[in-house]
Amino acid sequence: KKKRGNGRRKGASKEAGEGEEEMQVRPEKRERGKRRRAKNDQEAKGRERDEEEQTKIKSAKTTKTRKKEKSRKTEEEEGEGESEERNTKRKKKHGSAKKEEKEEDGGKQVRPESLSPEELEKLKEAVDERKKLIQGLRGKPWPMKKKLVTLRESQEFVEKYEGALGKGKGRKLYAYKVMMTKKWMKFQRDFENFKTACIPWEMKIKEIESHFGSSVASYFIFLRWMYGINMILFGLTFGLVMVPEALMGRPYGSIPRKTVPRAEEASAMDFAVLWDWGGYAQYSVLFYGYYNSQRAIGWLKFRMPLSYFLVGVGTVAYSYMVVIRTMARNANESGVGDDNSFNFSWKMFTSWDYLIGNPETADNKFASITTSFKEAILEEQESRKDDNIHLTRFLRVLANFLVLCCLAGSGYLIYFVVRRSQKFALDGLENHTWWERNEVNMVMSLLGMFCPMLFDVISTLENYHPRVALQWQLGRIFALFLGNLYTFIIALMDEINLKREEEKIIKFNITMWEASLYNSTVSENSTAPPVTIHPADVPRGPCWETMVGQEFVRLIISDTMTTYITLLIGDFLRAVLVRFLNYCWCWDLEAGFPSYSEFDVSGNVLGLIFNQGMIWMGAFYAPCLPALNVLRLHVSMYLQCWAVMCCNVPQERVFKASGSNNFYMAMLLVILFLSTLPAIYTIVTIPPSFDCGPFSGKKRMFDVIHETLESDFPAWFSKVFSYASNPGLVLPFILLMVLAIYYFTLAWIHSQKPLCFLFVCPKRGKQEEEQTSSTEGTNGSRGGQKSSLTGCRATKQQCFITGGRE
Amino acid sequence: MGNKQTTFTDEQLEAYQDCTFFTRKEILRLHGRYRELAPHLVPLDYTNNPDIKVPLTLIITMPELKENPFRDRIVETFSEDGQGNLSFNDFVDMFSALCETSPRELKTIYAFKIYDFNRDNFICKEDMEKTLNKLTKGELTPEEVTLVCDKAIEEADLDGDNKLSFADFENMISKAPDFLSNFHIRI
Repeated sequence: KKKRGNGRRKGASKEAGEGEEEMQVRPEKRERGKRRRAKNDQEAKGRERDEEEQTKIKSAKTTKTRKKEKSRKTEEEEGEGESEERNTKRKKKHGSAKKEEKEEDGGKQVRPESLSPEELEKLKEAVDERKKLIQGLRGKPWPMKKKLVTLRESQEFVEKYEGALGKGKGRKLYAYKVMMTKKWMKFQRDFENFKTACIPWEMKIKEIESHFGSSVASYFIFLRWMYGINMILFGLTFGLVMVPEALMGRPYGSIPRKTVPRAEEASAMDFAVLWDWGGYAQYSVLFYGYYNSQRAIGWLKFRMPLSYFLVGVGTVAYSYMVVIRTMARNANESGVGDDNSFNFSWKMFTSWDYLIGNPETADNKFASITTSFKEAILEEQESRKDDNIHLTRFLRVLANFLVLCCLAGSGYLIYFVVRRSQKFALDGLENHTWWERNEVNMVMSLLGMFCPMLFDVISTLENYHPRVALQWQLGRIFALFLGNLYTFIIALMDEINLKREEEKIIKFNITMWEASLYNSTVSENSTAPPVTIHPADVPRGPCWETMVGQEFVRLIISDTMTTYITLLIGDFLRAVLVRFLNYCWCWDLEAGFPSYSEFDVSGNVLGLIFNQGMIWMGAFYAPCLPALNVLRLHVSMYLQCWAVMCCNVPQERVFKASGSNNFYMAMLLVILFLSTLPAIYTIVTIPPSFDCGPFSGKKRMFDVIHETLESDFPAWFSKVFSYASNPGLVLPFILLMVLAIYYFTLAWIHSQKPLCFLFVCPKRGKQEEEQTSSTEGTNGSRGGQKSSLTGCRATKQQCFITGGRE
Repeated sequence: MGNKQTTFTDEQLEAYQDCTFFTRKEILRLHGRYRELAPHLVPLDYTNNPDIKVPLTLIITMPELKENPFRDRIVETFSEDGQGNLSFNDFVDMFSALCETSPRELKTIYAFKIYDFNRDNFICKEDMEKTLNKLTKGELTPEEVTLVCDKAIEEADLDGDNKLSFADFENMISKAPDFLSNFHIRI
């Protein structure tokens, strides 16, 4: 019966409607509702319960209200008439009806007018506290029964008194607000449920977790998160850029920039050309060059150039927001990762992975934990031998030198290859073999594949702890990819400049051509209609933006292909060979070399991060990139899930790069920053091509903003904006922001200090004890130990109580 | 959302959603899992809160718990009678405390209870020895076990009573990098 009380939470209207019937159904309520005289017992019981709940409210209030109740009872006899009125009012009022009914039927008759403001305040505090309790109930370490009972009681309390808080005339509004809040919370909950139901691949990831543990599964969780981001980016570019142009823009073939030139028409449908993103693929919504620079298109007057620009900016802004939000969320959950002071305790209490559900993996895990303990014991027992520190240092310097040579070599190789491909392009692409045509992409992908292996070999010279070695490895791979990418971009910049030079020549040629056309028409008869030229025959200006877009698309495709082929050969073929050749081979292939491969978490995560960087870089010039990436991630998920379950074995020793997920998030942030730099540079400094794209004809791409402000907004707006963008206003604003950042950083540092001190202090006390015990006798140290430790401990406990933990 | 189900009333589902980190769908799925452990014992209709408990021996056959060396302790910690017989409330509570969105503080509290084998609110040397033996399946020699336990107490014990109180444990765990990701069961 008690649990039925939850039913009261149903919509107020329902209860108002079935007011009378409800009273019959609930015997408790019936007694309270109808017969006021017999209410005394119930009131007393209810009051007792409420008083228990109201321990937080000062006792003065309860006695006061008790007295008020007694006076109320006499009033009730007289007030019967009033109640009849209220009964009729009940049917009309919505949310408040329930509260009023409660007030009449419930134990306490708390009239807001009769309470003094302080009591009202206290009541409000009590109600708020209850609400907070309800919100925080999930995190309480109580058994479920206790939680459910507390929940129900708190909900009843809140319902009962919430109505009482609305004062007099404003009661309707207050009740309405309360009802709206409830509906909003319900909506939020339903939305959360919906969102959770939408999360894909949950069971797949669970299977991987149970077979491989949490570190391998963390890669797939990261992949899924990236997939979500890319879906949003895809939605933006597809919905706001590609679709409007396709539906409302000029159709294919209507203007020169949208038509395949006459010279290329013959080969425009060839597979080889399409695979290379030329031909019809180039002259479509997939690339920058197709878009028309008409200010407003279609019957909706859709501002295409503005939309293109804003979507470009929006994708970057959204990405920043999401990455930083995730970093902030992860920030408070990580511990100090590299502290070695709890080595054995951590091994004992945090080494078992609770996600493991597979017997083989569990055996593996037991073995690895045992090994780890034995190693730690060994390290503890033997003294730290100096072990020829000079040799180690020399080897490490040598290793770093080799790595630098590698990086420099790969950077030069890429530069060389890109220049060579430019020469090939000038000669005409048909004269060269497939390899020569795709040299750049292949070289970059191969470098990305082999150099990390090389780094791995070099790092054996260094003799670091595995976790440190992993961090060095990741750092080097990061530098490799970054170097390659930027070399690639620099080479691309050279090509862009070339194209711009070309542009000037072609502009000149076009004017000559137009003049000749004009002359030829005039020379005939002036009454002859102007000659219409088919768009395919018009001489075309070079479009460096489309070229950049194409380069990025090609790079990503080749990178994807390389990854998949490496996966198939490196993992799958290897596993097949090991499995089947094992029957007829001299040594045990499965136990010795080469055996089955382990899943390389960090390498794969880095690959994912860099791919995303390339997407961010190229998305402005090739709106098709996010769509491509969504497809790629989708396929990757299934392919890699299958490969991991089929060809990989669980890792023997698990070393994560860092304690928290924030390591990879930080990398992602850096890549985001570094990849948006080139795009921003090109947008701001290089004038757009005169013959293609949504910004053709403008001096700079961002002029579209200026144009929009002038033509689409009222006159005063642009004036305000021009004042606001005055350097005299912007500089102080930036200064203010810097000061705010400085202030918040300082405040945060200061807030951390007491906690640091309190956590260090007990340890320091212990160390003091150790020191004193080594110099003095035990008696002296005992005394010293007690005072310093207990003193420290008291403050620590105080810290816990007063909310250091909150 | 909108599916007609007769296992729970709406109020019960709302109450569970308030008291755990699960969504409505997940709670229904949990009930399905609970039921398949003992279909003859667990009724389909939970609207009147039947007092049914599934014994320990059946709970630890779940694939999520089967390979865990601490499965007995986990189930005992969340059971009301301390013997490992879980009612549905306890079952839901257990997976809610161990799920991904459960906060660090809650997990720390329950981890302490799990590793406290003799339930005296302290993790003493015997508790640690038992933990270690479960973790290594008895592969370590007794001297090694003693060494490890002594080292662990030396590292984490702050008040010098040769056993870990909750404050000691919490201080140690709060800095552990792997705790949150390892102390997690996905259901």
